[in-house]
Amino acid sequence: MDFFLKLFLSGTAKGSIYALIALGYTMVYGIVQLINFAHGEVYMIGGFTALIIGGLLFSSGMAVPLVLLLSILAAVVFSAAFGFTIEKLAYKPLREKPRLSALISAIGISMILQNVVLLAQTEKYLSFPSYLPELEFLRPVREYLNSTQFIILVTTAAIMVILTLTIKFTRMGKAMRATAQDKHMAQLVGVDINGVISLTFIIGSALAAVGGVLICSYMGQINYYIGFVAGIKAFVAAVLGGIGSIPGAVLGSFILGWTESLGTGYLSSDYEDAYAFVILILILILKPDGILGKNQKQKV
Amino acid sequence: MERNKLFRDLRTSLIIAAWFSFLLFPLLVMKVSVTSGAALVRFRWERLPGIAVAAFALSFAWRRALEWNEARGDKPSGAGPIAALTARARSALAVKPIRLSVSAVLLAVVAVYPFALGMYHTNIMITALIYVILALGLNIVVGLGGLLNLGYAAFFAVGAYTYGLLWKYAGPAFVAAGVDPGWLFWIALPTAGVLAAVFGALLSLPVLRLRGDYLAIITLAFGEIVRMVLQNSGAVTGGATGISLIPRPWFFGLRLPPRQAATYIYYIAVALVALTVFVVRRIEDSRVGRALEAMREDEIACEAMGVDLVRNKLVTFSLGAFWAGIAGVLLAAQTTYINPDSFTLWESITVLMAVVIGGTGSIPGAIGGALLLKLLPEYFRPLAQYRMLIYGIAMILVIIFKPDGLFPRNRKKYTFEGAPSEGGASPAADGQEARR
Repeated sequence: MDFFLKLFLSGTAKGSIYALIALGYTMVYGIVQLINFAHGEVYMIGGFTALIIGGLLFSSGMAVPLVLLLSILAAVVFSAAFGFTIEKLAYKPLREKPRLSALISAIGISMILQNVVLLAQTEKYLSFPSYLPELEFLRPVREYLNSTQFIILVTTAAIMVILTLTIKFTRMGKAMRATAQDKHMAQLVGVDINGVISLTFIIGSALAAVGGVLICSYMGQINYYIGFVAGIKAFVAAVLGGIGSIPGAVLGSFILGWTESLGTGYLSSDYEDAYAFVILILILILKPDGILGKNQKQKV
Repeated sequence: MERNKLFRDLRTSLIIAAWFSFLLFPLLVMKVSVTSGAALVRFRWERLPGIAVAAFALSFAWRRALEWNEARGDKPSGAGPIAALTARARSALAVKPIRLSVSAVLLAVVAVYPFALGMYHTNIMITALIYVILALGLNIVVGLGGLLNLGYAAFFAVGAYTYGLLWKYAGPAFVAAGVDPGWLFWIALPTAGVLAAVFGALLSLPVLRLRGDYLAIITLAFGEIVRMVLQNSGAVTGGATGISLIPRPWFFGLRLPPRQAATYIYYIAVALVALTVFVVRRIEDSRVGRALEAMREDEIACEAMGVDLVRNKLVTFSLGAFWAGIAGVLLAAQTTYINPDSFTLWESITVLMAVVIGGTGSIPGAIGGALLLKLLPEYFRPLAQYRMLIYGIAMILVIIFKPDGLFPRNRKKYTFEGAPSEGGASPAADGQEARR
């Protein structure tokens, strides 16, 4: 039971990080029906930006909480900027083309971003200094839930609530939902769909950046390649929950986090990355629309 | 008017240059290194002007190119100097004596290649030919069937490991019986093809209900699972270290020294490429091939016309996988060493790139794409570290500006007399575009 609880909690922390990345996938897919392959790379760039800016500020003697805040801010700003630029460069010219084209373009962007970081920074794993504080009140239960995991959980929960409220109740959120339902119709009633699409990419990338900083603090290391695996897993989570659905992405992420955690604990740690894929294949066979996804009718 | 536009373009490019200088600043100008837990940052200011100037020039060119692309509209291979040249080449090739002499020259070049250029170049060419086979096989799945497969390397692995394992387990028995283990190559070749085809059929079962993006992801998952299984079942497959000392093919009772063996493998590869081209061409024009193309264009209409989609997908994946299996055996025989690292997702993506850059659905495209992608990097060694970066850029440029690829397919066209051939604004044409 003790072992199970530990695995369960670490799975929860993992799941909440996947959720931050999966939200970006699901939002983008909901609006432009594109698997943004480069999303994982945006998350990796968020991590690197935080490492660079944080390192710069820390060595200038700034206080640790301020370093943490500013480096997260920098990661969010730069990742959002990257998301915006990627959409304009690689996806917008292909919006009216067959969907396969945009997917291939996305793979291309993913390769470019990985290699830019590889060439401009390093191919080695860098250790990622954790600026996250050690929480005193968690001391008694530290074996089960450490501070980093706790902060990850709280941050994810907070972001999720804000995001849901924004999409449900603001004018902007309404425009997003309208665009997701029917792009042309939304345009006819005066929604600036280019603006909405850009905004979706910006929000998704900003969330990925937060996820990037958190997971790098949790793992304690960073490399140009981390975005790829995390991106694929987050995508699996999004598909699992039903792509296009925001609560679905969160639910899928938790299920994936738990499965990986329990799988490595009870079965074998050699196949840690394979569990996600096995789940993906199973879900696509059994219920291709995901747990909370709407059944999409094919139109003739 | 023209001047105003130029001025506006220049101003926009200036803004974009500033934007990129900001965007790339942390990654390109700053350099981080971590020593004893603390991140140190070094500035490389000398790069900043370069980034700004490059962004300015590229943005200017990019906007012009996009405008040109829009203006050109939906006439992919209509006019233009390249199209005119290929059209002229095509009409020249239609004349029999010219066609014969061109093929004779080509054949002669292919035949003397290993003797004229030596072992180093022969080995490079073998690798390129292996990719030609892979690209031709993937072209059946992606080009004809329209099913995006990102796990193609798994079938490649099945082929290579068939030979590797056959050698590892049956090789000693062969040696003990006094038979040269090089024989195994000829047993492995068909076995690997069939095994890979079986794997392809297996993969096609779960994906029968899926299309487009989901298909891409599930094939990716399949590829990664196969690689992980190879990596983690060390007792059987040698795990991450793989299998080494795989014999080169046996030549009528002779064990060849490496140099001659390379030449020999080269000829086998050429023969296999010829076989692949022949078979793929036959498939294209056959009933199966036309059914595949119909499936690519519109699955629902296809089903309504009585084409069996389930069988079609099964056939597509198996046919594609078969050639990957064959290519895998060649790889194992050439390198004499295999491990799971040779079959990563990036391998699948490289083959996909060869197909896309060459021209989806086009046989010359698959051949040209694979040769370009594998030969150019070998001869531009100084640029080796930029290879993947350049591939990525090339892929995006091709998909935006030349979606038909560099060597597009000459599609058969049927036109009705008197019907409007241009315009394409009819709802039927739109619907077809959207679903492709």
